[in-house]
Amino acid sequence: MKISAVFKHVLSMAAVAAFAAVAVPAQAWEPTKTVEFIVPAGSGGGADQMARAIQGIIVKHNLMKEAMVVINKSGGAGAEGFLDVKSAKGDPHKIIITLSNMFTTPLATGVPFNWRDLTPVKMMALDEFVLWVNAETPYKTAMEYVDAVKKAGAGKMNMGGTGSKQEDQIITAAIEQKTGAKFTYIPFKGGGTVAVQLVGKHIDSSVNNPIEAVAHWRGGKLRPLCVFDTQRMPYKDKMTSTMSWNDIPTCKEAGLDVNYLMLRGIFMPGGVSQDQVDYYVNVLRKVRETPEWTALMNKGAFNQTSLEGKEFADWVAAAEAEHIALMKAAGFMAGGK
Amino acid sequence: MDALNSLLDGFAVALTFTNIALMFAGVILGVIIGVLPGLGGANGVAILLPLTFSMAQTPGGQTSAIILLSCIYWGALFGGAITSILFNIPGEPWSVATTFDGYPLAQKGRAGAALTAAFTSSFFGAAVGVIVITFLSPIVAEFALEFGPPEFFAVYMLTFCAFIGMGKEPPFKTIVSMMLGFALAAVGSDTVTGTLRMTFGTATLLTGFDFLVAVIGLFGIGEILMTLEEGLEFRGASAKLNLKVVLETWKELPKYWLTSLRGAAIGCFMGIVPGGATPASFMSYGVARRMSKDGDKFGEGMVEGVVAPETAAHAAGTSALLPMLTLGVPGSPTAAVLLGGLLIWGLEPGPLLFVEQKDFVWGLIASMYLGNIAGLIVVLTCVPLFAAILRIPFSVIAPIIIVICAIGAYTVHNTTFDVYMMVVFGVVGYAFKKLAYPLAPLVLAIVLGDRAEASFRQAMLVSHGDMSIFFSNKLVGGLTGLALFLLFWPLISWLIRRLR
Amino acid sequence: MSEANNQRAALSDKTAEMAVAGFTFALGAIAVYDSWRIGARWVGDGPQTGYFPFYVGLIICIASAVNFIQALLMSKEKNGVFVEVGQLKLVLSVLVPTSVYVVLVALFGIYVPSIVYIAFFMLWLGKYPWWKAALVSVGTSVFFYCVFEIWFKVPLPKGPVEALLGLD
Repeated sequence: MKISAVFKHVLSMAAVAAFAAVAVPAQAWEPTKTVEFIVPAGSGGGADQMARAIQGIIVKHNLMKEAMVVINKSGGAGAEGFLDVKSAKGDPHKIIITLSNMFTTPLATGVPFNWRDLTPVKMMALDEFVLWVNAETPYKTAMEYVDAVKKAGAGKMNMGGTGSKQEDQIITAAIEQKTGAKFTYIPFKGGGTVAVQLVGKHIDSSVNNPIEAVAHWRGGKLRPLCVFDTQRMPYKDKMTSTMSWNDIPTCKEAGLDVNYLMLRGIFMPGGVSQDQVDYYVNVLRKVRETPEWTALMNKGAFNQTSLEGKEFADWVAAAEAEHIALMKAAGFMAGGK
Repeated sequence: MDALNSLLDGFAVALTFTNIALMFAGVILGVIIGVLPGLGGANGVAILLPLTFSMAQTPGGQTSAIILLSCIYWGALFGGAITSILFNIPGEPWSVATTFDGYPLAQKGRAGAALTAAFTSSFFGAAVGVIVITFLSPIVAEFALEFGPPEFFAVYMLTFCAFIGMGKEPPFKTIVSMMLGFALAAVGSDTVTGTLRMTFGTATLLTGFDFLVAVIGLFGIGEILMTLEEGLEFRGASAKLNLKVVLETWKELPKYWLTSLRGAAIGCFMGIVPGGATPASFMSYGVARRMSKDGDKFGEGMVEGVVAPETAAHAAGTSALLPMLTLGVPGSPTAAVLLGGLLIWGLEPGPLLFVEQKDFVWGLIASMYLGNIAGLIVVLTCVPLFAAILRIPFSVIAPIIIVICAIGAYTVHNTTFDVYMMVVFGVVGYAFKKLAYPLAPLVLAIVLGDRAEASFRQAMLVSHGDMSIFFSNKLVGGLTGLALFLLFWPLISWLIRRLR
Repeated sequence: MSEANNQRAALSDKTAEMAVAGFTFALGAIAVYDSWRIGARWVGDGPQTGYFPFYVGLIICIASAVNFIQALLMSKEKNGVFVEVGQLKLVLSVLVPTSVYVVLVALFGIYVPSIVYIAFFMLWLGKYPWWKAALVSVGTSVFFYCVFEIWFKVPLPKGPVEALLGLD
């Protein structure tokens, strides 16, 4: 029977893994039960995709003895997930992947939560943002598009994005402040939907993450204008017949001085021991060394910066200050703070 | 006939002994997942994903893994109808409309007939969905792109207008019930501005009221309380327990060919848009009730009332896989997890999928055909087994059902608050049912409320508050017009009769 | 208790109608109040956050008021029996244990209260011998434990007993 062969295969893999586990130095702490991996966003979005990819890699390479389950807690713009982890103080069997809503949600809604309630574990990568337009429009550069927006008049052109008062709208507000152009921002539930709405010409532009729009770009439906980063993306493989990610200019080069990167990091609840943090840091380091991870990074054109420990905490603190400034400037703070 | 050749290749790959065995295993697992409300299809698929990784490392294992996954998906689709019919508890959101006539049928002792009708219609709906995917995918993918905010709003409005006609219930009670649904749907964070509504500073209300919790309480617990009044037993225990009932029901089904075709058409449309399987089932039920000559008897246990929503739900569930594959936008949480799994396999959803990853896609589509057939065989042979559950004494099965309901309510957001809410909804359901407040509009409003509001407000942002956007092109104008026509149908038909 | 007493009305239709109308009115009022707080007007680019909930709440209030008045004006002949004493007893005999059960779930997790609840139901309402009740109730909980915690890795609430047994 083929099925039993499959099971044998699983068993042999487990045996190999057990052997490997003996080979590495013994660890001070290990999970004793199933680990919950919280995603403070809906299924199918960027954070969800990354969490499920990490889960898949961990299982495939047997990086953890206990199982890991991904749980979506997207209520209240992610507040549900963050409050869940906040209330699980001291629980080492829970980790959470974050996106910018870690900063924006408490600021915009006043939900009592701050990243200091959590323990930073590791920055996995930073997600880029690209300014996209429909491929059938005549705009070839960011400034051509911005000029067209200005010419059309305030609020005549639509920018689609994920959620309200979150990263996409912050970038939109920053573009408006820099250029004086005025968009009508239209919030949708997920990045995938935004990209499809742009292909269907129901909106004029988007600031989708690369992974959300790459399929439509390759299919010749969307055109990238610039990337909101200080350097070009390093990926030089041709994605379309003529362009690679590296061929997309930075927005600054294109004359639009706006930078924004989104954190894809892993956190634990507050009050956990250093041993416990180290365990996950170690697992996640191994995740980053797998070919599947490299493939994911290539596909989504991620910025592969990765930080741990104090540097990570410092980075998060700086990012928080930056978000407060951006949110204030855009007038997105709750209760007129 | 390029599509046909590719499909035949797909079949050749899928039809091995191991794969067929996996198909049946997947369907059985899926049925279990569909029956237990706590194990939504999303959960089941998510948990089994890792298992498929190890499978995929054997030669030809990748196809087997996809077959296993999609068969679990099929099984879960079939399984949702079982608890709807037996206990008035929908295992999945899209089987709510199945309870309207399925449960009364079971109470009349025709559980076997209801189950057979549900399964056969599901099969038919799904088969039409797969055929549409096979032959019309390029056209269909283009069509889905036509849908922006105003079009989505028009579709939701159409669903509503198709379902809500003036029923037998007192009009003001219908209004209260429907509006309560909208109010409950509004609780939580507003998608358009992110503002928190009606949460009163509590963390538990952040997530709002989930449709599933409301349904488990209103229908499941409410129904158990109703049953209790008449003594400690379920009605319908006399259901026939042999496979003859399948054949007898099959003889009856061809009568409803028109309802089936309409259901399949509505389902495919809603799946492609993608409006979702749940609205599709409601819309199809509503349309069938209006069009059928036995429309008045809907809700009292009509086989036709089971055929309509099941066909549509499955046609939608199946055809929704197309936008998922070509546009990368999943139509349901289960589809999202399935998509996540396929992504790890190296599938790249998008317009180039049918060009670049032909074998993969056609293998998947072939597995849809086969999985659907395997599913039908499994569930039909189990009809007597399912019907026999009704013979378990009430004082044994009732607490077990309540435990299952509690687990189902808990797993929606992993909070015990939802378990409390389930009991509250149960009492409300009991009181509403006794006082002739209709429950269906409430449920539909919870499902569609926030989606409809979000698309309406997105449309208003686009048009700067100009309502004429709902008539701005043929598509949206047609949908809005049709919705208004259905809404005012009672008035129009009265006028027509007067003029004659 | 005599048969006649069991068939006596515990609650008349009129009272029940008025109570439910009052309840829905209160819910509508809550919606109106909170929506007005967050802004419920139609502004330049469409409705504000509270616009729809505000009117939804308002309609609930109006329709509830109509229902309430209709109940108030209900004639004596039409005022039937909402629930008889005997029926109410049966309903409460399930509703009260169920309410206790869900509170216990919050305190002790799902598995232990489920054993108690199913056993209670079978012993008290079904008059089964204790060993059957024990078998079914423990069997069900163990089955759910295997399905959810072990096979499908869906974490359900657990309490001190599971912690003691090392099963969490």
